[in-house]
Amino acid sequence: MSGSPTLDRRDFLKSGAALGVALVIGFHLDARTTTDPAQAQEKPPVNPFDAWVRITPDNRVTLILEKSEMGQGAMTALPMILAEELCVDWKQVKVEQAPTNPKVYDHGTGGSGSVAGSWLPLRRAGAAGREMLISAAARRWNVNRDTCVAQDGGVLHGARKNFLAYGELVEEAAKLPIPDLKTVPLKNPSEFTIVGRDIPRVDAKEKATGTAKFGIDARVPGMLYAVVARCPVFGGKVKSFDATKTKTVSGVRDVITIDAAGKGAFTAGGIVVLADNSWAAMEGRRALKIVWDEGPSASESSATLDKQFLENAAKPGKMVRNDGDADGALAGSKKKIDVSYEFPFAPHATMEPMNCTVHIRPDGAEAWVPTQAPQWAQDVIAGVSGLPRESVIVHTMLMGGGFGRRYQADFVMEAAQISKSAGKPVMALWTREDDMQHDFYRPASYHKLQGAVEADGKLLAWKHFQTSTSIAAMWDAKGEENPEKSEFGTAVFIPYEASNFRVEYTLAKSGVPRAWWRSVEHSTSGFVVECFVDELATLVGVDPLEYRLRLIGDDREIPDFVNPKEGKPLNTARQKGVLKLVAEKSGWGSPLEKGVARGIAAYYSFETYTACVAEVSVKDKAVKVNRLVYAVDCGRPVNPDGVRAQVESAAIYGLSAALYGAITIQGGRVEQSNFNDYELPRIGDAPKTEVHVVRSTEEPTGIGEPGLPVVGAAVCNALYALRGKRIRRLPIASEDLA
Amino acid sequence: MAVTFTLNGKSTTVEVDPQMPLLWVLRDTLNLTGTKFGCGMALCGACTVHINGEATRSCITPVSSIAGKKITTIEGLSADASHPVQKAWIEEDVPQCGYCQSGQIMSAVALLAKKPHPTDADIDDAMSGNICRCGTYQRIRKAIHRAASLEAAK
Repeated sequence: MSGSPTLDRRDFLKSGAALGVALVIGFHLDARTTTDPAQAQEKPPVNPFDAWVRITPDNRVTLILEKSEMGQGAMTALPMILAEELCVDWKQVKVEQAPTNPKVYDHGTGGSGSVAGSWLPLRRAGAAGREMLISAAARRWNVNRDTCVAQDGGVLHGARKNFLAYGELVEEAAKLPIPDLKTVPLKNPSEFTIVGRDIPRVDAKEKATGTAKFGIDARVPGMLYAVVARCPVFGGKVKSFDATKTKTVSGVRDVITIDAAGKGAFTAGGIVVLADNSWAAMEGRRALKIVWDEGPSASESSATLDKQFLENAAKPGKMVRNDGDADGALAGSKKKIDVSYEFPFAPHATMEPMNCTVHIRPDGAEAWVPTQAPQWAQDVIAGVSGLPRESVIVHTMLMGGGFGRRYQADFVMEAAQISKSAGKPVMALWTREDDMQHDFYRPASYHKLQGAVEADGKLLAWKHFQTSTSIAAMWDAKGEENPEKSEFGTAVFIPYEASNFRVEYTLAKSGVPRAWWRSVEHSTSGFVVECFVDELATLVGVDPLEYRLRLIGDDREIPDFVNPKEGKPLNTARQKGVLKLVAEKSGWGSPLEKGVARGIAAYYSFETYTACVAEVSVKDKAVKVNRLVYAVDCGRPVNPDGVRAQVESAAIYGLSAALYGAITIQGGRVEQSNFNDYELPRIGDAPKTEVHVVRSTEEPTGIGEPGLPVVGAAVCNALYALRGKRIRRLPIASEDLA
Repeated sequence: MAVTFTLNGKSTTVEVDPQMPLLWVLRDTLNLTGTKFGCGMALCGACTVHINGEATRSCITPVSSIAGKKITTIEGLSADASHPVQKAWIEEDVPQCGYCQSGQIMSAVALLAKKPHPTDADIDDAMSGNICRCGTYQRIRKAIHRAASLEAAK
């Protein structure tokens, strides 16, 4: 145990099990500095036939999934890893969601970490099961186990050509000693028959027939449906209310209040309308008369935030990194640029609005939660109910999108409070408006970039000042001291060689809740770094691809400045590899039809290398992205088609923030409420997207998020190539295209 | 108020507030949860069902307006994913989170009923009311073309 009280996202994602109800701040967290995920788990060895694999006498194989499925394909990719080492036929396999039990499982699903983090532990678990089955067969035949091999869901004794299916062996195998997971023999990757193949999603059929059960589909006998009226101003609360009319709405059962839960769950509290059905609850809420105490944030607006950004940017910030003397180099240089970039808050806008169903009884509790963090949900419900964690059964439901939003426990806290008070099973359901206006947003930020080049184009100085509504400032114990910790990502260890490099930061104060949005700080850092290096290429007068390759220079490893102990260094050979691959596949430099131009961007995040070329045109003051070509190196691709799907998805998610909606603040509240004023890309906006996956043999790394940070930059760099005008503020406004 | 209609081929009567949108009648009264709630304002298409064969947003359709009509939901397409559009969706591995896909599929089925061989422009037009936050649009387009050829091969 490090005893470090700070909590960055990595720690947070890994330590969900340690998080309590009232407070995630200041927890005595296990820093888990090892890079070995199996060691990092620090869980006692479990029998694979208890935790991971169930085999019936008739050879049906059920593999257990510890992570949550939110569309990213964990439900397919993780069992593939287990099945590979276990040597079962994929056609035999069924997948089942693990019960919530943090003593055995590492449930937290986020940080693009499911495949990367589970790769070794699941290989070991599968291999242990396989070895136990082989031992059982060898005993049965009374032969040397070295003469037996596992194959197609059974064990073969070569010499005598005996074959026993696992179903005949499992009962005996499960009683044998568990092999040491650190030394259990793993398959040679050259023998893989499942990992590395395009395997169709195991959940496709239920999702194509409407039978898949999402959180919102939980149905429990005797349940009530609840909606909560929350103060629209962040930090505000109920002053008084009149529910007389509400109680006359047909189907309304009760009106109660719940308290704000404060730091940790960060709920607003409010007035709860309980009813027989969702519609009655919404109608009942509409009939409430409420006077709000709007609290201290009521004067905040996007305009006041912009003003704060500019004031902060006019002064030096806290020094985050300083190599050489960037200020001196900038002052002495003639060839330099000085620009700024700006980003608004961004909402997750999952298609399934937040919801949670909880039944707290005196002797135990049961919950149906669409969550990335079932262990945290369990803790929250245990805390609210006063029950021990072991008495709280949490069913992890499918999620209609997660993107980081469903790592939170605010919607669980509310449901638990309501069920406790009502003494009944209750679904707390959010409307789209609730979801849009009470999110934990991607921070708003402002970046000032200064760069100077030498006569030969070498990078003399790179200076990056950022001010933002930091995530760390809201979540970390020392967040006020170290608010920059969550805000830069790879922007503090860029692959471009600069003789003088400086990064500064100033916190911008805001009452707007912030947290992890798909690709988090990389979503803005990727844009800033990749647009700015493009500007430098223009300054030098060199092709943007050629200039990037030149600045990256020799093959080397650049340490992860943010997570020096656990983060993998940035390997410049792999970075150049994806740049060259995307250039080749996109036909970089080849002629295009008139009115179309290309832009490029490449970025390292979640230990994955991503490059993107966008082909764009402009029509009626709107950007049309015609084609996206990606090259990604995420180590060994476990399910290559799943990798492609995630990159296609991240591209559209990134385009949504680059081209469409923005969350703006007025009177301390979010101005947008639904998809009419927060627009999302639709099918006609979707470019033709090609994803080229590097057939690497390195350890697998993240893929749910890394496709995002490059797309906005590639599009804006293409727009520059097309129109000769830089775009430095997202989303792109029609006046920027005039 | 009692409202009677045909739901997936069966005569169905519900006793509810006449203003209650069909979406909530399906989901909460009849426990038919394949049809999804996304926005409540006909902006996202997650709640799409067929009313007398027309793709319709059930979240803004008062139940009183469907008396005597024929309603088809995702559950009514096939019990075993044998409908050509469902088959195409599975073969193209379209769904990610999957939440919007019931609505996407219902819109696609309605499109193919009118235009058995839609162009990309037809698809973009007919499917523009259905948002997919996972961005599966490219695969949706491919799946609709595949469904068109599956239908033609029948």
